[in-house]
Amino acid sequence: MSENMREPVDDIVHATSQLMRSLLDRYGIVIALVVMIVALTLIKPDYFPTVGNLTNVARQISFNAMLALGEFIVILTAGIDLSVGSVTALSMVTLAILSHSGVPDVVALLAALSIGGLCGLLNGWGLTKLRLPHPFISTLAMLNIARGITFLISGGVPVSGLPPTLRFFGSSDIYLFGEGDNRFVIPVSLIVVLIAYVIAWVLLTRTRTGRHVYAVGGNPQAARYSGISVDRVHNLVYILCGLTAAMGGILLAGRTNSGYPNAGTGAELDAIAAVIIGGASFFGGRGTVIGTFVGVLIMGLLRNGLNLMDVSAFWQMVVIGVVIILAVYVDVLRQRVPQR
Amino acid sequence: MANVVEMYNVFKSFGPVQALQNVELCLGYGEVLGMVGDNAAGKSTLMKVLTGAYTPDSGTIRFDDQQVRWASPHESRLAGIEMVYQDFALAGNLDICANIFLGREATQPFLGGALRLMDEKHMEEEARRLLERLKIEIRSVRLKVENLSGGQRQAVAIARSTAFQAKVVIMDEPTAALAVKEVAKVLEIIRGLKEHNIAVIIISHRLQDIFQVCDRIMVLRQGRNVGERLVPATTMDEIVGMIVGAKEDAPDSIRRVASGA
Repeated sequence: MSENMREPVDDIVHATSQLMRSLLDRYGIVIALVVMIVALTLIKPDYFPTVGNLTNVARQISFNAMLALGEFIVILTAGIDLSVGSVTALSMVTLAILSHSGVPDVVALLAALSIGGLCGLLNGWGLTKLRLPHPFISTLAMLNIARGITFLISGGVPVSGLPPTLRFFGSSDIYLFGEGDNRFVIPVSLIVVLIAYVIAWVLLTRTRTGRHVYAVGGNPQAARYSGISVDRVHNLVYILCGLTAAMGGILLAGRTNSGYPNAGTGAELDAIAAVIIGGASFFGGRGTVIGTFVGVLIMGLLRNGLNLMDVSAFWQMVVIGVVIILAVYVDVLRQRVPQR
Repeated sequence: MANVVEMYNVFKSFGPVQALQNVELCLGYGEVLGMVGDNAAGKSTLMKVLTGAYTPDSGTIRFDDQQVRWASPHESRLAGIEMVYQDFALAGNLDICANIFLGREATQPFLGGALRLMDEKHMEEEARRLLERLKIEIRSVRLKVENLSGGQRQAVAIARSTAFQAKVVIMDEPTAALAVKEVAKVLEIIRGLKEHNIAVIIISHRLQDIFQVCDRIMVLRQGRNVGERLVPATTMDEIVGMIVGAKEDAPDSIRRVASGA
């Protein structure tokens, strides 16, 4: 079809479909989220859209949201971190043990975060120094090592009872306007999550380092030719992932008022699921912080909605699995249609 | 008048393999030099020696009238030598603007200098200016590189090489992967570089492209200089003969260009 034969109508149709495609590209999951919220409000109008329920959801998704954020940054570089669940437990138990030993709260918090960062650094070194062929390997090892150490230092039993400062992040709420049962409440854990997401968003979209993370994920060779230290980027993203895992552990410690060695078992898979549902590509270079948050929300609201509908937890697992496939399949279909 | 690049007595071997033997190269400011030769003639090796990716066993390199010894491509890049790679070395998931400034993003201070954020506006304007300067017609610098055609990607890669006052641009097989129509456009862009007094070295198998855009041709064979010809003074047959070894200049008759053609 040569240029001369194109009617103005063809141009309008083409432009409209391009617009729709780009809107769907960028906001597809948000649309899915909105549809879900509307559906749940219609199905369970007495339970779903209440302050009590939504605050609960906010509390519940905070942990996964924290882990998913770090996991997202790692997946952006075409990597993966299987150790986040174990690192969460290690940080949590470290926090509890230090607190019980009389260490000042601030020091205990910093120690817990540092443990997370250190595990992350070791994961990064597995890739950049040992040159293990894939981060699957180093983080799988760390999953086992961190979990083992957690059991060793805790003696296999929960370390319970934490001072209020340490519990603040995970369990406290901030009360806003409203009265009695309908008081508008924001869990502190959600605020922590939002702050973390905003920081990550600024880092990834507005700083040079963030740009380099996307570049390393998209074409590491091109990044190298451009003078970017690919190794430094790798180390950084794994450290960040370890830090978010530690932060997740702190939130969990607040919620459960303890550090227990079984914490976070399987949490890495939930984090990865949220990232994938949120639209990030496993092959790196693609995805957004907002998308990850929407992925977390979709998983959280799905679980909440199915709970309200009395659907068994086991069916919920099946549904989550199907949603993962749907989320990625939509992307597969989209890639098949030529862009131009 | 001096040359922008001069290389003398360059030797480089990899174990028992003599990749370069007593090779020399001269390049004038704003000159377009075609480097031709069969596979393993030493063309890429010589360029890697020039940019500092390889250290020569012996030899002298002069850039901008000064003797230099670069330890890495990064150093030669800072000095003003840019390389455009065969696969363009672009990050498809990023847009044109991001690729042009990859690794060298412009920043502005934020929060009283505590934070440095990217100056997108400046980079966008600058990217547009670069494309215009080379007469590259691409709708928007915000298009993702993976959505561009091969020729457009090559154009972006070339534009990137001019973003930071390069004096020399080396292109490795710039037209090998392009459709016929795109080849013409890329050759035009290369001519545009010349207009801005940027010297270009083109490694290529495609003699028809070399003859269209180069001022001078240098032939290498098995790691040695075979000869040089000014393009108006030679034919494709003669060059082919030199490439395959049917014809060879005597070593002391290899001419050097006195000034930019």
